[in-house]
Amino acid sequence: MNTFKIGGVHPEPCKLTADRKTEILPVPKQAVFPLSQHIGAPAVPCVQKGDQVLVGTRIAEPGGYMSASIHSSVSGKVAKIDTVVDASGQRKPAIFIDVEGDEWEPSIDRSDKLVLQSTKSREEIIECIKNAGIVGMGGACFPTHVKLCPPKDFSIDTLIINAVECEPYLTADHRLLLEQADQIIIGIKVILKVLGVDRAVIGIEENKPDAIALMRSKTSMVSGIEVMPLKMKYPQGSEKQLIEAVTGRQVPPPPALPASVGCVVQNVGTVFAIYEAVMKNKPLIDRIVTVTGKGLSNPCNLKVRMGTPVSDLIEYAGGMPEDTGKLISGGPMMGRPLLDDTAPVCKGTSGVLLLPEAEAARKEERNCIRCAKCVQACPMGLEPYLLATASEQSDWECAEENWIMSCIECGCCQSTCPSRRPLLDWVRLAKNRVGGIIRARNAKN
Amino acid sequence: MLVILTAVLALGVTALVLSLVLYFVKSRFKVEEDPRIGQILELLPSANCGGCGLPGCAAFAEACVKSDTMEGLKCSACRRDVMNRIAAIAGHEIELGVEKVAVVRCNGSCQNRPTLRSYDGAQRCAIAAMMNGGDTGCFYGCLGCGDCVSVCKFGAIKMDPETGLPVVDADKCTSCGNCVKACPRGIIEIRNRNKMDRRIYVSCVNKDKGPVARKACDVACIGCGKCVKACQFDAITLADNVAYIDFNKCRLCRKCVDECPQHSIVALNFPPRPSQVAETVEVDAQPVTEQTPVSE
Amino acid sequence: MAQKLYISTSPHIHCGDTIERNMRWVIWALMPALFASFFVFGRGALIVTATSVASCLFFEWFITRFLLKRKSTLGDLSAVITGILLAFNLPSNMPLYMIVMGALVAIGVGKMAFGGLGNNPFNPALVGRVFLLISFPAKMTSWPVPAGLAASYIDAETGATPLNLIGQIAGGNTAAADQLPGLGELFMGNIGGCIGEVSALALLVGLAVLLLSKTITWHIPVSIISTVAVLTGIMWFVNPVLYVNPLYHLLSGGLLLGAIFMATDYVTSPMTPKGMVWYGIGIGLLTVIIRYFGSYPEGMSFAILIMNAVTPLINNWCKPKRFGEVEK
Repeated sequence: MNTFKIGGVHPEPCKLTADRKTEILPVPKQAVFPLSQHIGAPAVPCVQKGDQVLVGTRIAEPGGYMSASIHSSVSGKVAKIDTVVDASGQRKPAIFIDVEGDEWEPSIDRSDKLVLQSTKSREEIIECIKNAGIVGMGGACFPTHVKLCPPKDFSIDTLIINAVECEPYLTADHRLLLEQADQIIIGIKVILKVLGVDRAVIGIEENKPDAIALMRSKTSMVSGIEVMPLKMKYPQGSEKQLIEAVTGRQVPPPPALPASVGCVVQNVGTVFAIYEAVMKNKPLIDRIVTVTGKGLSNPCNLKVRMGTPVSDLIEYAGGMPEDTGKLISGGPMMGRPLLDDTAPVCKGTSGVLLLPEAEAARKEERNCIRCAKCVQACPMGLEPYLLATASEQSDWECAEENWIMSCIECGCCQSTCPSRRPLLDWVRLAKNRVGGIIRARNAKN
Repeated sequence: MLVILTAVLALGVTALVLSLVLYFVKSRFKVEEDPRIGQILELLPSANCGGCGLPGCAAFAEACVKSDTMEGLKCSACRRDVMNRIAAIAGHEIELGVEKVAVVRCNGSCQNRPTLRSYDGAQRCAIAAMMNGGDTGCFYGCLGCGDCVSVCKFGAIKMDPETGLPVVDADKCTSCGNCVKACPRGIIEIRNRNKMDRRIYVSCVNKDKGPVARKACDVACIGCGKCVKACQFDAITLADNVAYIDFNKCRLCRKCVDECPQHSIVALNFPPRPSQVAETVEVDAQPVTEQTPVSE
Repeated sequence: MAQKLYISTSPHIHCGDTIERNMRWVIWALMPALFASFFVFGRGALIVTATSVASCLFFEWFITRFLLKRKSTLGDLSAVITGILLAFNLPSNMPLYMIVMGALVAIGVGKMAFGGLGNNPFNPALVGRVFLLISFPAKMTSWPVPAGLAASYIDAETGATPLNLIGQIAGGNTAAADQLPGLGELFMGNIGGCIGEVSALALLVGLAVLLLSKTITWHIPVSIISTVAVLTGIMWFVNPVLYVNPLYHLLSGGLLLGAIFMATDYVTSPMTPKGMVWYGIGIGLLTVIIRYFGSYPEGMSFAILIMNAVTPLINNWCKPKRFGEVEK
């Protein structure tokens, strides 16, 4: 069975919600839409205070090429355009909408009927994806229409569908595979058409045998789509590691793109969103979120409208336990800590995880004992102990020489460190600084 | 006896030969250096802080001697009289500006600004600021990890354990600006030293709207603009919901201090005014730090 | 909410590994060798080990408490390991005061002078051993012969070890070959030598424990052992009269103890797999050179200390294979 070669760790899977059917969360009272839910320029609001909007109405337009539009997931009145603390932990501008009823844009096909064929051309499909505001749903939130138009000088031969879900606790993609298999396969065909490629590989980790079996049976009659079970290892869901696991090719260090080795990777959530956008004319207004945690009385997978405050999700899952020590948007290895439970669900929110205090509190940091476990764990072949020390001493040159920009921030190093050193914190700081130095240098030349 | 004699002789001859070699090399390969560079170097603090924009004190001394004027050459770590002597050695005339000092523009102590969360990542402000808004409701204020303390070459900044805020020791501060660069929140500013080291400044940089800022911190500037109206010298400007006092225009009249409803304007090193003596006692009852505003 | 939320960034979970866990596994892995030495040398082995551990713990506590004025680091168990390893490198009839001095040098000079666990460039136990070896060469190079449980402590009968004999053979005294014990004796440990090094079997059990508990990787022990085997094998092949069978080298002296427990010390060994292999090859090479051409019969401790000094350089030269790196 395939997997990536260098490093990796095996965190406890804790997939508490793997066999919980997706439930639909009721519409919130007020929905909040931060203007930067994606990588790139923030969106620009195209509604004003007091405007009436329907479900699916566009409320913000892309702020540039690398940007995405935002649609209202509720119907009602724009209450204000103000700031909100989102999952990034910073206060960012956002559109607040007070919910009144549940009126949908008439152009959206709300039926359950499977639409198999579309007459749209390649350009029309990309336009459609762009208009629907679709971004990578795995967490990186890279605008999908940009990713589907790789630079012309690369020839793409493989589309990889990321259904690995290597993060512990999260099961949103797993449930989507089980519940929307037909739609996903149509979505894959749409992407193949856009890319002009005839081979797609669905990468699934072996801990989801039901999903592997289902996708195998569904794809047995379809030529060009193949299901590849992968050996469990974190961070297999990372783009570079997945490409290596599936094709054996290694993407060169930044600024090289996955396209330079002939691959495009899309998350299954994104594929489903593309199906809905192209076949059902439905913009990206809801997503599956795993609400989980060992202390929750009812951990579940929820279909949530964008903009719903996290507190609503936690309430549905049984309320926040007394001993909650950390609230995380995303998985435990790469998710972002939430400052409080008022943050809204965004396009990249794959899960809401509540860690008990005992698990959340970091243990006291000790001297590095040079055990080399971080070096063994790093999937990018870096030396985290060295990078962290360089960062502590503000030695950005040393950090750059030792490939700091290759770091994918997967957290393997820090999660294995017996001295409990905050390696990734330091590495992030150095990455930030070295990135600035490199940009300044490039701007000069 | 002979052994000792041989040893002494052998070592003595070796020493003699080697010293001759050294003498020869020194006189043959002597590097001529302007003696003034050495004299200036002796006056400089040798902290190599980089505040002058040159790579270290030696480079600064060389630049002083080589350039024709002292224009653009100012060791921020040296007091005025020292700079005068340096200029005299280098043979230049100088016009020196006002003495400056670093000022911490945040008063979000533990009492004024409750912590809502606990940050337990790496203890470096730069990291805390990059990751999230920090552990209080104010996303602009001091993070309290002490990056400014660790970059200060002169030991002029200390964290006050009582308030969790950095305190500048004005006697030691040389206004080199390293702390200004280190602070990810841009709280520290280099401001003029006035007579008796008196200073008036807005001790807040919170750009949030009034209600949000007030909720986060008891002494946050809410951008009400009362100080702008009170100032007779046009020294105060209001931008992004926060007031700023231009230290070049301020005449230290203290009108704005009385006017500020949030007590976010701080007046330092002023004698207490007669009418307020009674109240200052009350202020003293709380743990008073350098940062405590003169309150009404 | 009952208490404040933590807001540190990802990763939010930890595999649970701690310094103590790793140290505990090393201690467990050392136990078989301790038992073996008890059966070979009697109570002397236990007295020396207990003294060494106790004095290492005492000096670590004393230095952290009174000289460095820091929080005590006894809990990380590294002093226990230093104590055991120091004892394992001593003969079982070592006088107590010498052991205490060795422990003082091991902890004080070898470790705490550099800032404690994690900062020491040399393996502390070896620093202690080499100090004793240089200070008390006579005591440190006369080893008790195996006498079983009944053996006395201080005035145990001493005799030549296999390594002395190997040296004599290489020096031309080929008659000494008759005195060499059988390979089986060597493997089980029924020979003279330092406390911890006699039983190859017990040491190999320890290696298995370390590997299975993922405390160490195979790189260092395997590269040391195979380097020694290859080098001595070549010499044996060239002249079997002067140079003994490589198995004698592998099973005698401190080679296995050093390769499994001393060279693999986290702090003083290289960080990358490639570096670990080069480090192992260096130790193997130096050991063979010292054993055959040096004035000491045993070269393991010097070889490890020399390679400890080279470790920072190895770390600089041997970088891991980066993801996506193109070979130039």
